[in-house]
Amino acid sequence: MNRKKTKDRNLSPDNYCKQDVYIPPSGEYIATSLVIALILNFLPLQENILIFRPDFVAITIIYWSVNYPYKMGMSIAFGMGLMMDVGNTAILGQHALAYCIAVYLTLILGRRLRIFSLTQQAPQMGLILLAMQIVIVLVAIASGAHLPGWQYFSATVTGILLWVPISVLLSTPLKQKSDFNAL
Amino acid sequence: MKTAPQFFRHGPGPFARLFVFALLSCLLIAEDLRFKYFPELRQAIGIVIFPLQKIAYIPTHIYDQIEELIASFYLLEENIKLRERYLKDREQLLKLHALEAENIQLRQLLGAIQQIETNTKAKAVLAEIMYTPRDPFNHKITLNKGSFHDIQLGQAVIDDKGIVGQITRLYPWSSEVTLLTDKNHSVPVQVLRNSLRSVVSGTGKNDELELRYLSVSTDIRQGDLLVTSGIGGVYPPGIPVATVLRIEQDPIDDFAQVISTPVAGVDRNRQVLILSLAQPIPNNSLEMPKN
Repeated sequence: MNRKKTKDRNLSPDNYCKQDVYIPPSGEYIATSLVIALILNFLPLQENILIFRPDFVAITIIYWSVNYPYKMGMSIAFGMGLMMDVGNTAILGQHALAYCIAVYLTLILGRRLRIFSLTQQAPQMGLILLAMQIVIVLVAIASGAHLPGWQYFSATVTGILLWVPISVLLSTPLKQKSDFNAL
Repeated sequence: MKTAPQFFRHGPGPFARLFVFALLSCLLIAEDLRFKYFPELRQAIGIVIFPLQKIAYIPTHIYDQIEELIASFYLLEENIKLRERYLKDREQLLKLHALEAENIQLRQLLGAIQQIETNTKAKAVLAEIMYTPRDPFNHKITLNKGSFHDIQLGQAVIDDKGIVGQITRLYPWSSEVTLLTDKNHSVPVQVLRNSLRSVVSGTGKNDELELRYLSVSTDIRQGDLLVTSGIGGVYPPGIPVATVLRIEQDPIDDFAQVISTPVAGVDRNRQVLILSLAQPIPNNSLEMPKN
């Protein structure tokens, strides 16, 4: 994990050893996380809570794409998008396009993003989430829908707030318990 | 490049990949909006995600169970209340039966064709709302009954107050309902007060329907109840649809702008009724029944 680098400016060998070591995620682990994210997205909610529900699938895809770009391809994002489209009764391809663009943005910006700490990453993820929502709105408008109110974009705000907890949650099982005095 | 070792091979660049997938998405969007060549694709994905939707529904189900358990403590009270209501409803139902019989008799006297089936005989299936989409531009909901439960395309969906929408997509174990408020959805209605016939259409906004092409001089007032007229055979006649909210009669326009609001509350209740089709849709709607 490169993201710890800025935190430890005065990197001493002692501090370096105390850094957490993460093992790369297995394919099954990524798949499980995506399925759980899909289930969270499909939760039937009342309208006033629904408006604040972040797109868990998008956040999970972006997390894997930023930290392990070789594990999260655009084809997976496309497939997840199609599932979201059908579940969401949306136009087929709407979320797929948005997720692919999100993955593209993280592929370009990923190396830069990984330098920052999680809290610093959050607002930048917000921009990616916002770009994604704008794509979804544009496709809807192309099909003749009205412009949604500003409340529609509140999911981006909750997405920014949830970036740190979700990242911690996803990376915790990958943490390798290593005793640096073992050698 | 074949000689390059595995380590250096990355496939096409990000932009090239995005281009391919964006093109694919755009093709799918165009296909879904206009051509609709392969509805099977949506069906297949629908079957794949159904278990996930079912799992997502479990918390709500548990909540319902707990609520039922709590409610069971007040069963006696509720029973008395329901009995009272049943008696009241029964009285009205008896009146309805009498009116129905009278109506048939009068029609026979007039020599009219008995073509209007009253909605008292419509079969109904109880269904639960499994999912409401987050996007404000999808005026659709997913129900937990599908083609395996003998649900057909085009069936009307109502709640305790009035029409909710119509079934527009069928999956084996679930179905999609297009709500009244959808931009592409219209219901043939008549004003209850003076049986003026019209068609009410969704506007794509929540809680707003409009009556199109009513002339400025039409007799319609604020607060008028619009009920289904039964024309078209999809919706049984006499079910409340909307109440007129406001009328803008601008003399510059040829038509009055009549805005109404749906009677049924989709976001408030979790259970809805799926009505059977009032009559099978004829192949040629202009063809008169032989009698």
